Amino acid sequence: MTAILLPFTGGRVTLKQGGGGRAMRALIERLFVRDFATMPFDGVGVDAMDDGAAIRIGDDWLVITTDSHVIHPIVFPGGDIGRLSISGTVNDLAMMGATRVLGLTCSIILEEGFSLDSLEAIQRSMIATCREANAPVVTGDTKVMGRGEIDGLVINTCGIGLTRTLVRDNGLHTGDRIIVTGNIAEHGLAVMAARHGIEFEGDLVSDVAPMNGMIDSILSDAALADAVTAMKDPTRGGVASALHEMASKSNVGIVLQERSLPMTDAVRSVGELLGIDPLHVANEGKALLGVRADAVDQILARLHEHPLGRNATVIGTCGEERRGAIILDTGFGRRLLAEPEGEPLPRIC
Amino acid sequence: MSELQFRDPKLARSMAATLDRLVRETGRKIAVMHVCGSHEQAIAKYGLRSLFPKSLEVIMGPGCPVCVTDVPEVDESVLIAAQGARIATFGDMLKVPGSVKSLADAQASGAKIDIVYSPQQAVEIARSTKEEVVLFATGFETTAVATAAVILDNPPPNFSVLSVHKYIPPVMEIIAEMPESRIEGFLAAGHAATITGSAVFEPFVERHKIPVVIAGFEPNDIMAGLVELVELIRAKTPHVVNMFPRCVTLEGNLAAQKQLWRVFRPMGGRWRGIAHVPNGNLRLRDEFAHLDARKRFPIDLTSLWDYAPPALAGQCICGDIMAGIRNPNDCRLFNRECVPENPVGACMVSNEGTCKIWHLYGGVPDLEASA
Repeated sequence: MTAILLPFTGGRVTLKQGGGGRAMRALIERLFVRDFATMPFDGVGVDAMDDGAAIRIGDDWLVITTDSHVIHPIVFPGGDIGRLSISGTVNDLAMMGATRVLGLTCSIILEEGFSLDSLEAIQRSMIATCREANAPVVTGDTKVMGRGEIDGLVINTCGIGLTRTLVRDNGLHTGDRIIVTGNIAEHGLAVMAARHGIEFEGDLVSDVAPMNGMIDSILSDAALADAVTAMKDPTRGGVASALHEMASKSNVGIVLQERSLPMTDAVRSVGELLGIDPLHVANEGKALLGVRADAVDQILARLHEHPLGRNATVIGTCGEERRGAIILDTGFGRRLLAEPEGEPLPRIC
Repeated sequence: MSELQFRDPKLARSMAATLDRLVRETGRKIAVMHVCGSHEQAIAKYGLRSLFPKSLEVIMGPGCPVCVTDVPEVDESVLIAAQGARIATFGDMLKVPGSVKSLADAQASGAKIDIVYSPQQAVEIARSTKEEVVLFATGFETTAVATAAVILDNPPPNFSVLSVHKYIPPVMEIIAEMPESRIEGFLAAGHAATITGSAVFEPFVERHKIPVVIAGFEPNDIMAGLVELVELIRAKTPHVVNMFPRCVTLEGNLAAQKQLWRVFRPMGGRWRGIAHVPNGNLRLRDEFAHLDARKRFPIDLTSLWDYAPPALAGQCICGDIMAGIRNPNDCRLFNRECVPENPVGACMVSNEGTCKIWHLYGGVPDLEASA
């Protein structure tokens, strides 16, 4: 696709610029990265636009990441903003190889009038998720704003972890296979259904979960870790957005087999009903792994042993055709997969 | 999951082979047109163009109701919104540029806009408020039926309709009569024909000697429709053929037609970028004047005349694209200045627009189908 420099329409921020797609990337690149990246820094910095940053400390990498969570509704099938705020940050660390979390911070901004019962429920959900991920919250901050100055609550978490095997999102090579660790599009569609009070036959449940345990089962095995060439979690913008980023940063083309994409019948039908491509919908408990072809079977077998990885499967192959682009083989014919401009739904994570 | 026959890729490939043989037998290039965003979506989404024979051009015509909504019609909605009424409309309409503003621009400067998924939802909004609620009603005869149903169902007094509904059969005549038109056959939209019936196309075929095949929206519906259409062209037997019999009958949905024509009357009007289309617009009959937003609100389009259109608009070739004369790759703005984030023309705004669909599904690069 042609490189596009977006004009800042009318000089106002639009929701799309937070949607995880091209519009957001353009905003970040043009406004933030350009200047922040001018200061000297040894490691993976803001200009890499990876899931987090990595700072060299001796033989190890200190990985650091931060994420603000705003979601409506704050409770949805399969999770709530509390579980999301811990999982999101733990997963960003894990995607860079830091599967063992040293500590998390938690800042909460509340709207005057917010229900204390709800707050307590959110806190309980956070601590349960922390235990699941073996990730302690070690410091935090709380602010209250006047009624109407903020919508409900915003939770920011920041995480740090140490790793020796730093995994980037730009390491794909020709011949590598792309694995997705399970069924796609569950988070975004579950939130959408909850928000609009749409009821469907069959369950739409968010997949929000901390994945560091599953990723650790691969990376803690040196032979397998060596075969993982890239990782990314397909959150906002979905698998399509994440793969585009990986392909363009790695300068490979990816041929994606549409009919291999794992998804529930509920996701498939709701996607068709609403005209939303599951490839564009957010996940909060799935990872995309670039894997050397010779290690695919071993890595899949290891993933299948983990409860979050039972449906892991190969969905694509990296090659030299159309570098930076994703070719979708639909089973009928082939076409290019477009990079979504933004998540079809704002405020989902 | 069991594979439905109309999504069976093997069947699609065998029909592609038949299509290739039929086109070869004619010994020339053939261009056919469909008039429906949903057909284009299926073609693009399933990558069917990589299966079509190289000598068969399948062109999308004016099949996007949002795209053919004319600039002054958008202006009307913006002017009504400026008077404080709530505008309820389908999401696609939000960003369609008017002469000066889109509804999204109006919203940014304080106008109240509600995105609805059905006319019924607009009525529900009206029932929940004392404010004036105006349904900015776009769409072809399929959607117009839903608008007619709420109009006939005793809506609350603060509800009215700004109808910019359009009617497809008349515009096919316009396309067929365009001197530069290369179209040898039409693929008609199955869902519209569910309402109008297949017989509605008979006079057209009689007049223009161009075959019309009614097709559904699954990949193999489209493949089968094209095989039939090319066969009719090859055999020089212009007929109407219904290839969507699981939904479409000869006479259509008579109850829906009754509602449609009780509420609306056909009127000539401009379709954006195409032409004046006689009987192409659906307007409320006088009996429903009390629900007609055009009668309820003063609308002075001349108040917008002092503003110049945006500079890039002059380069937009939406009109030619909808008429099937050119395609998005011929446009110097496509995927450069004109992207969904910042559309220049209506075809990049709507999910039914050719440019948006091509953009969404990766354009039409020269990809071969896999072996």
